[in-house]
Amino acid sequence: MKSIRLFLLAACALLLAATPARAALKVLACEPEWAALTQELAGDKASVSSATSAKQDPHRIEARPSLIARARNADLLVCTGAELEVGWLPLLQRESGNARIQAGQPGYFEAARFVSLIDKPRSVDRSMGDVHAAGNPHLHLDPRNIARVADALAARLAQIDSANAGHYAARNRDFQNRWQQAMARWQAAGVALRGVPVATHHKNLNYLANWLGMKADVTLEPKPGVDPSVAYLGEVLAKVREQPVKMILHASYESPRASRWLAQRTGAPAVELPYTVGASAAAKDLFGLYDELIDRLLGALK
Amino acid sequence: MFKPALMAAAIASLFASPAHAVSDAEWAAMKDEIRQMKAAYEARIADLESRVKSAEASAQSAEGEAAQATAASAPLAAASGMNPEVSLILQGRYHNAKGDGHITGFLPAGHAHGSGKGFSLDHTELALGAGIDPYFRGYANFAIADGEVETEEAWVQTTALGHGFTVKGGRFLSGIGYANEFHPHAWDFANQNLAYAAMLGEHYGQDGLQVKWVAPTPMFLEFGAEIGQGADWSDRNRLGSQALFAHIGDDLGDSHSWRAGLSYLSVRADGREGHWDDDNDAEAETFFSGKSRYWIADLVWKWAPDGNPKYRNFKFQAEYVRRSERGELECEDNSGDGGACAGGIAGDYRARQSGWYAQGVYQFHPQWRVGYRYDSLNIGSVNFGPEFSGVLSRPDFTPRRHSLMVDYNPSEFSRLRLQLAQDRAEQGLTDNQVTVQYIHSLGAHGAHKF
Repeated sequence: MKSIRLFLLAACALLLAATPARAALKVLACEPEWAALTQELAGDKASVSSATSAKQDPHRIEARPSLIARARNADLLVCTGAELEVGWLPLLQRESGNARIQAGQPGYFEAARFVSLIDKPRSVDRSMGDVHAAGNPHLHLDPRNIARVADALAARLAQIDSANAGHYAARNRDFQNRWQQAMARWQAAGVALRGVPVATHHKNLNYLANWLGMKADVTLEPKPGVDPSVAYLGEVLAKVREQPVKMILHASYESPRASRWLAQRTGAPAVELPYTVGASAAAKDLFGLYDELIDRLLGALK
Repeated sequence: MFKPALMAAAIASLFASPAHAVSDAEWAAMKDEIRQMKAAYEARIADLESRVKSAEASAQSAEGEAAQATAASAPLAAASGMNPEVSLILQGRYHNAKGDGHITGFLPAGHAHGSGKGFSLDHTELALGAGIDPYFRGYANFAIADGEVETEEAWVQTTALGHGFTVKGGRFLSGIGYANEFHPHAWDFANQNLAYAAMLGEHYGQDGLQVKWVAPTPMFLEFGAEIGQGADWSDRNRLGSQALFAHIGDDLGDSHSWRAGLSYLSVRADGREGHWDDDNDAEAETFFSGKSRYWIADLVWKWAPDGNPKYRNFKFQAEYVRRSERGELECEDNSGDGGACAGGIAGDYRARQSGWYAQGVYQFHPQWRVGYRYDSLNIGSVNFGPEFSGVLSRPDFTPRRHSLMVDYNPSEFSRLRLQLAQDRAEQGLTDNQVTVQYIHSLGAHGAHKF
C-alpha cells in the first residue's frame, strides 16, 4: 500500500517536472497559412505549430496520436472552419480532453467566420461530391481575406493573452501596413492576368482567380473531391478545345497527372501552384507565398 | 463608417481627463490602449460586415429564386443547425461458406453478429451525435435488424473538464485493445478477427463509466479506466467488470505514425452461455460462472507519403489477446442427442488461452485498397474438473484463418468489397469462403479514429 502511494507520488512529481513552465502561448494551427499568420502577429509571445503541411490535403487528415497530444497542450486552435477540417478536427477536440479549444470557446478560432465565402451552394446533396454547405473554405488564397482574418486573430490573441494585448495590436498594425503595400505590388503585377481563362484541378484556387480576375470556369474534377477518370478528362478536353484556356493549374498537394494529361493535349502549360506556406523554398511565409503565386502565374503567361 | 466616430470618442475621452502634464510612458500606454481598442473594434466591424454581406447574399439568392429558395435554404440550415449529426449505414452481403462460424476449443463470450449464408442484410446502423451543451457530448448507435433494435452505444461524454480528462458514461464500446472501438462498417475486413470473435464476442461493450486522461507530454500518452456491469454476462449489484488501458503513439518523420497499447480487463461471469463439442462429438450447452481476465497488446502503424493518405497509404495492425478463466462450468443434459453430458454435470473449469492476428491494408489508388489478414488461436491449457472426465476435454487443434480482401471506394461514403478466406477455425473443416459486401453511409461525415 505504502509503495503504491510512493509510486503515485513519484509519478505525479515526474509529470509536473515534465510540464514546461507556462511561457509562451501554445498555438496549434490547422493549416500552415494560419501558423504563418499567427507567427506574424504573435512573434516570440507564442510557440506556433501547424497540424498539417503544404504536402497534405487539408480535407484528408488522420487524427493521429501526435496531433491529439498537440491539441491536448494547445491554448489556441487557429483553423479555417467552414467544414474544411470536419473529418479530423472534431476528433482532436474530443480526444484531447482540452476544454480551452472546444467549439464555442475563445481558444477555437475559425477564420471562415470573419470573411464572406464564395461558391455557396444553393442546396447540398452528397451526389454533388464533397461540397461544403458553408461555402468554399480555401479562403486564404485571397490576400484581402488574410488582412481581415489578421484583424480578428489579433483581437482573439489579445483576448486570450490579455497581458500582451498591446503587443498583438502593435504587431497587427505593422503587419497590416506591410501587407497593404505588398498587395498593391501584387495587384499591379497581376494586372496582366485579368480576364485570362484557366482550368483548375479542384475549386481550391477559386479565391485566387476571383481576386486576380482570372476566369476559372473549367474544373478537372467531375465533382469536388472526386478524382477525374480518363473518360471525364476527355469531356474536359472537348470543352477546352471549344473554349481554350491559357494554363492548367493545380495545387502543390494534388497529383499533377490530370493537369499534365490535359496540358499534353491542349498545349496550355500545366502549372503547379504553392497552395500554402512551405510548399516551395520561396513560400517560406505569407509574403513569399504570394510572391511565388504571382511569379508562377506570370511565368506561365509568357 | 462608425470607425472615425469611435476613434474620435476615444480620443475625446482621453482629452476630457484633467489636463496635466503627461509623461512619455503614459502617452505610450494610452496609444497602446487606443490601438487595442481599434483592433478589437475593427475585428468586430469586419465580423459584422461579413455577416451583413452573407445575409445580403442569401437575401439575393432568395429573391432570385423565390419558389426554390425556401426548399433550398432548408438543408443549409440543417447542416449547421441544432440538429444532431445523423448517419445511417447501409450494409449487406453475399456470403458463401460451409461452416457456421463455429470456433473449436473456446467458450464463446457474448454474442456474435454473424449473419447467415447467401444474401443477407447486415445490421443497419443508425448513429446520432451532437454537442449537448458546452459541457457534454452525446452519441448513440443503434443496430437495426428484423424485429429488433439493439443499442450498441448510448453515452454522454464530458467536454469541459480540461486538463486532459474526459469522462464517459452510459453504454459504450470499451477502450481496450485497438479493434474494439470500431463498429462493423469501419472494419477493414468483412468479419472481426478470430481472437476477438473467440474470446470477446466480436467486441466488448458495457454499461458503465470510463475515465480517460491524456498526459501533457509532447508524445501521445493516454490512460483509461472503466468500471461497469460487465455487458450482459452478469446481473448483480456489485460491479461486474474493471478495465485499464494505456496508449502511446507518435509520428516518425512526415510519413509514418504509430500507436501501441496495453489493456487489462477483468469480467465476472454469471452463467455465461456457450457450447462445447463433447467426447461423444455432440454439442453440449454450457454455462460458465467465474472470473475472466484479459490482457491485450496492440500495435498500429500507418504510412502515407508526406502524410497525405489520399493517393497511397498503408496500414499495419496486430493484436495479441490472452484470456485466463477460472470458475465453475455446468453442462446441460444432452443425452437425448447421444451426448456425453448425461443428466447435466457441474464442475471446475480453468483455462488459459490466447490468440493473435496481423493484417496489412494497402491503398494503392484513391479508390482501391487490398488487404491480407492472418489469424491464429492457441487453445492453450484447458482444465476441466474430474466431474467432466470422459465428457468434456481439450481438443488437440490450432484454429487459423487466412483472409484476402479488395475493396473499391467510389467516394468516402461508399464501399464495395470482395473477400476470400480460408477458414480453419472449426476442427475438421477447411472452409473456403467468399464474401461480397457493400457498406454505404448516408448523412454526416463519419470522422473515424486513427
